[in-house]
Amino acid sequence: MSILVDKNTRLLVQGITGKEGSFHAKRCKEYGTNLVSGVTPGRGGTMFDETVKVFNTVEQAVAETKANVSLVVVPPAFAADAIAEAMDASIKTVVCITEGVPVLDSVKVVDYARRNGVALIGPNCPGLISPGGKCKVGIMPGHIHKAGRIGVVSRSGTLSYEAVGQLTAMGIGQSTVVGIGGDPVSGTDFVDVLRRFNDDAETDAVVLIGEIGGSKEQEAAEYIKGHFKKPVAALIVGQSAPPGRRMGHAGAIITGAAAKADEKMKALRAAGAAIIPSPGDIGRTAQELVTDKKK
Amino acid sequence: MKIHEYQAKKILAEYGVPVPKGGVASTPEEAAAVAAHLGGKVVVKAQVHAGGRGKAGGIKLVASPKEAEQFARAILGKDLVTHQTGPKGVPVRKVLVAEGADIQRELYLAIVVDGGARGVVIIASEAGGVEIEEVAAKTPEKILRLKVDPTLGLQPFQGRKVAYFLKVKEEQVRQVAGLVASLYGAFMENDCTLAEINPLAVAPDGRIMAVDAKLSFEDDALFRHPALKELHDPEQEAAQEVQARNAGLNYVQLDGNIGCIVNGAGLAMATMDVAVAAGARPANFLDVGGGADEARVAEAVRILLSDSGVDAILVNIFGGILRCDVVARGILIGAESASRNLRPMVVRMLGTNAEEGRKLLSQSSLDVKLVNDLGEAAAAIKALG
Repeated sequence: MSILVDKNTRLLVQGITGKEGSFHAKRCKEYGTNLVSGVTPGRGGTMFDETVKVFNTVEQAVAETKANVSLVVVPPAFAADAIAEAMDASIKTVVCITEGVPVLDSVKVVDYARRNGVALIGPNCPGLISPGGKCKVGIMPGHIHKAGRIGVVSRSGTLSYEAVGQLTAMGIGQSTVVGIGGDPVSGTDFVDVLRRFNDDAETDAVVLIGEIGGSKEQEAAEYIKGHFKKPVAALIVGQSAPPGRRMGHAGAIITGAAAKADEKMKALRAAGAAIIPSPGDIGRTAQELVTDKKK
Repeated sequence: MKIHEYQAKKILAEYGVPVPKGGVASTPEEAAAVAAHLGGKVVVKAQVHAGGRGKAGGIKLVASPKEAEQFARAILGKDLVTHQTGPKGVPVRKVLVAEGADIQRELYLAIVVDGGARGVVIIASEAGGVEIEEVAAKTPEKILRLKVDPTLGLQPFQGRKVAYFLKVKEEQVRQVAGLVASLYGAFMENDCTLAEINPLAVAPDGRIMAVDAKLSFEDDALFRHPALKELHDPEQEAAQEVQARNAGLNYVQLDGNIGCIVNGAGLAMATMDVAVAAGARPANFLDVGGGADEARVAEAVRILLSDSGVDAILVNIFGGILRCDVVARGILIGAESASRNLRPMVVRMLGTNAEEGRKLLSQSSLDVKLVNDLGEAAAAIKALG
């Protein structure tokens, strides 16, 4: 099994006729994802990649193609509107790749999503992939993944690729890899993903990759301590980042004690997570977790 | 995007936040004229994008226009070094000359976007005039945090709650609640990431005003506020940072000796950490971004090579959408234009077209050490040491 997306996923891509949207829609389809439709206002009635119907509205796309997951690949100014349209059409899993969404826009749609039981992943995230179910809803390079039983959750896209690369090289497969995104306000946080991994019978252990800024890692530590039944290996990056400077991600800025890397590691260690000492040790630490479990 | 205090006060005044009378001056003579116009005691404040100006000698209370002129002459055109600026400091091009307010109590009021609360949060404290981080660390009970519901928006009761928490006199409650509403309006309508009044001063006669104010705008939302872009002062940033932004690079200058070129913010932070683990110090954070092309990578190389503090460059690329051969070509172009100042490079490339990228670099005349993983990268950096 896996979490959030799998072989039952019927994917809709919002912004499918755009440069980015069409590129990534094709890659998802090639990976094996069941891409059922696309939406671009004004382009309804056309076909994408010869087999995929394009609609003017999400409501029409859902009615005709029973899409149940939406991948939002639209420019930042239109992202909140696109997410709201998907939620209004009763889609319960919405993945927003767009980087640079104004945070006050995110605040509104994230609040709506949480009140209405929608799993909104992102904005500013690479999306998610379940290698076993051949389902990719995002922009990650699909070929580096391998089906297996380790869950990965990360604020950073490239760093989740790094983690997957190391795991796959060691023969360790992944159940689902979720990039929650680098913005300060995102729809899904570590805790939401951990909760799902906790209930997933086919995830044995989790690699969690956090970074400086905010307190999402501390919230994860609280949850791990009280509720999480599986081993966790955690990496926190940005140990060498100075306070007050934004490290690329909108959310990666040290603005108080809790935002520092060592505070996050302390909290996760106290919660029982194995701390990955350096970014090159992700695979090795995960292997130790899995081996310990078998003993 | 940060702006200066005088700009922030002007915006806040438009939203109804009371601020002390004053004017901005670019020359000592102008400072004297503003002081003469205001009369009495005035405060002269260096306008820089950094906190800690008072302790750094950038603010002075003076008794006459002549003293205002003297102090302005002493700081205008100079670099001010505060605990937030780094050793080079930032240039003072303008001073704010404002009436010297009589202060009975110093309060704190701010609005921020809080990731943990997933929304807009009002922060208030009776302990104004000092850095709020200090208050949070020592006396967290002196801080009130109120989340604004995204659907309801700010409600009047929240303004009253702030007023009662700040223990203002009964007749000032309405004024403080109004001020909270004004600050919230300025925050929301301009897509701020921070609106801070510190101190919010209470005068003996009961008047309340923003003696110092700070506004930061969200870069990602500036597209809907073209007028705010005009307030940007590039002189307050390192030249390389301005150059990098114009090239579409995410770059932060640091004070180490290992330059870093990476794709992705998380991997860029991880790469800095690898340099530190190897006993070196990163000279910068740099994320070329997923949509980078050869020209952008070349510009990244030029920026790093123009930094005399850089002894070696660590390149770490996990090719996805960004192809490794594109990065390699960009490196070659960038290095060519700075051929006299080259530094050794440690390069790790993985993912899309990694072999092609590695081949391009290994066949070039550059001093490049190709490594396979982050452990080898750390060892190679250490060997350069």
